[in-house]
Amino acid sequence: MQELLQYLFSGITNGAIYAVIAVGFALLFNATELINFAHGEFVMLGALGMVTLYNGLGLPLAAAFLLTTLGVSAVGFLFERFAIRTVKRPDAIVLVIITVGASIFLRGVAMLGWGKDAHSVAPFSDHPPLSIAGANLLPQSLWILTIVLGAVLGLHLFFTRSLTGKAMLASAISRRAAWLVGIPTGRMVQLAFVLSAAMGAVAGVIIAPITMCSYDMGTLLGLKGFCAAMLGGLGSLWGGVLGGFLLGVLEALGVGFLSSSLKDAIAFVLLLLILYIRPAGLLGARKVQRF
Amino acid sequence: MSATTSIRKRLLPVMALVVVGLMAFCPAPQAAENLKIGGVFSVTGPTSFLGDPEKKSMEMVVDAINSAGGIDGRMLEAVIYDTEGDPQRAVNAVSKLINRDGVIAIIGPSLTPTTLAVKNLALNAKVPLISCAAGIQITEPVTPWVFKTAQSDVLAVATVYGHIQRSGLKKIGLLSVANAFGESGKQQLEQQAPAFGLEVVAAEKFGAKDSDMTAQLTKIRKAAPDAVICWGTNPGPAVVAKNFGQLGLEMPLYQSHGVASPKFIELAGSAAEGILLPTGKILVAGLLPADDLQKPVLEAYIQQFESRYQMPVSGFGGYAYDAMQLLAKALAGTDGDPEKVRANLEQITGHVGVSGVFNFSPSEHNGLGADAFVMVRIKDGKWELIQD
Repeated sequence: MQELLQYLFSGITNGAIYAVIAVGFALLFNATELINFAHGEFVMLGALGMVTLYNGLGLPLAAAFLLTTLGVSAVGFLFERFAIRTVKRPDAIVLVIITVGASIFLRGVAMLGWGKDAHSVAPFSDHPPLSIAGANLLPQSLWILTIVLGAVLGLHLFFTRSLTGKAMLASAISRRAAWLVGIPTGRMVQLAFVLSAAMGAVAGVIIAPITMCSYDMGTLLGLKGFCAAMLGGLGSLWGGVLGGFLLGVLEALGVGFLSSSLKDAIAFVLLLLILYIRPAGLLGARKVQRF
Repeated sequence: MSATTSIRKRLLPVMALVVVGLMAFCPAPQAAENLKIGGVFSVTGPTSFLGDPEKKSMEMVVDAINSAGGIDGRMLEAVIYDTEGDPQRAVNAVSKLINRDGVIAIIGPSLTPTTLAVKNLALNAKVPLISCAAGIQITEPVTPWVFKTAQSDVLAVATVYGHIQRSGLKKIGLLSVANAFGESGKQQLEQQAPAFGLEVVAAEKFGAKDSDMTAQLTKIRKAAPDAVICWGTNPGPAVVAKNFGQLGLEMPLYQSHGVASPKFIELAGSAAEGILLPTGKILVAGLLPADDLQKPVLEAYIQQFESRYQMPVSGFGGYAYDAMQLLAKALAGTDGDPEKVRANLEQITGHVGVSGVFNFSPSEHNGLGADAFVMVRIKDGKWELIQD
């Protein structure tokens, strides 16, 4: 019982991170039908941004968080402006390869900027772990859960309540129809890139204190987030969240009750299964449902 | 007929040029020439932390020998190539050294996979190769032309187990990284446990880039071991150290020599307190007792390296330093004959180096004993030598 609870805590913490990465994938896929393989690199930039601002310069937590997120969003903006929009014939395969190239580029830049060594970041608050029924819960896990749920709820309200959000949704459903009623669809795509990069940055910021940050940390996290997004139904906001938590918890239980050598295999076996049995994902309708 | 002749006439100067050109590439006769030594290290790439200090240490020893008049009056010349840690590049570099540069002996490569990839090249070409990698497979079984200077993980495991046995502990939980380093360590840990009267009650793995190891540690805790051993290289073991504290585990935590650097203390922060690990003596050179054989050698190496390169010394450069010193010893009086160099290497005993005291023989091509490692404890963010 005590072990089960501990596995769940560990799984939910990791799951929350996968969830917020999956949401970033979903946001962008919705607006552009593009899978951004550089998304993991935004996570890495978020974490390394905290290394510099929070640990290095000693800024207050909120300021470091905000600056990092804004900085990474700016990278997302530049990425869209100079790498994606300038493509003459934007075939899906060309764009995907561009994102792969961008991920290699960003990793290289990060290696030059932050070096090859890993860095560690202090936790957001200095409480001892909470003991619940014999299992230990880290205060950082509570931070992660709160921030992830806050971010997703914020996005949900943005898409259902604000005019810009609705305009984005409209241009996601039919770019041509949205353009005909006067929505600047180009701007909406740009906004999607910025929001998606911001989600990546948030994932990086919150994961920084519980792990080691290095220039090559993004690839695996990006892949896990992608699995989570596929699991929940690519393009669905809540699907991404569900997929993330499911993946995290199943991984932790897999380590606990099967074998720790299977940990990464679990994500990819799940991905294959879902593609085989239910290609649209758990929350996806037959035709992928927009949020 | 006349057409052919004219072509031949025109070809003749071209052919002459080609022949002259080819002759320029042929190795010139050896007499009074420099003694050429090859070096292959992962100078750049993800494992540059190994190859870079190794290259620097090798160049340092070569310069020192040359400024002291060379070996038997002949200067040494180092030809060094970068493998970037890639076995294919290592193969290319070693064949270039053997076939084009015509070196007498080779130092390196830096990694076990790159060394295993070039082992047969050295054997077939009959060129002595002194590897700077740790893997036991390099010199076990012994092959005539391949030597190594880095301590095997066999010795590291024996040092850790020795300490656990003296502490009166019995049950061991293992947590190893899922790569070549972790696999080799895990195999040794499981193999040697019975000899020290220990029992492995749990063996878990983690990915080199995993962000959280609480699940594995929870599973290990369930098996109730007396001590936990984590076998990996940075940054994973630092995460393990943090998670270990967060779960409130109270048994001793041992780490491998793979994290024996100040970087580990920096990464793990306060979670590093009390962790025990085996390390080569270079990390604690200042703490060694004055009667330690290696102390003067270590201090000389550290002083030379740091004053020349203005950067802190690491144990890895010491592998190349030892290899080059051993080779210099073996080269004396051979006039660059590889067979004699090989035979001389096998005769070297009692050579006090940076990584330990080397005693080579035809059946022992690593030559280090368990005294090559010491146990240290991390206390107040510093290393503390455990003497017993």
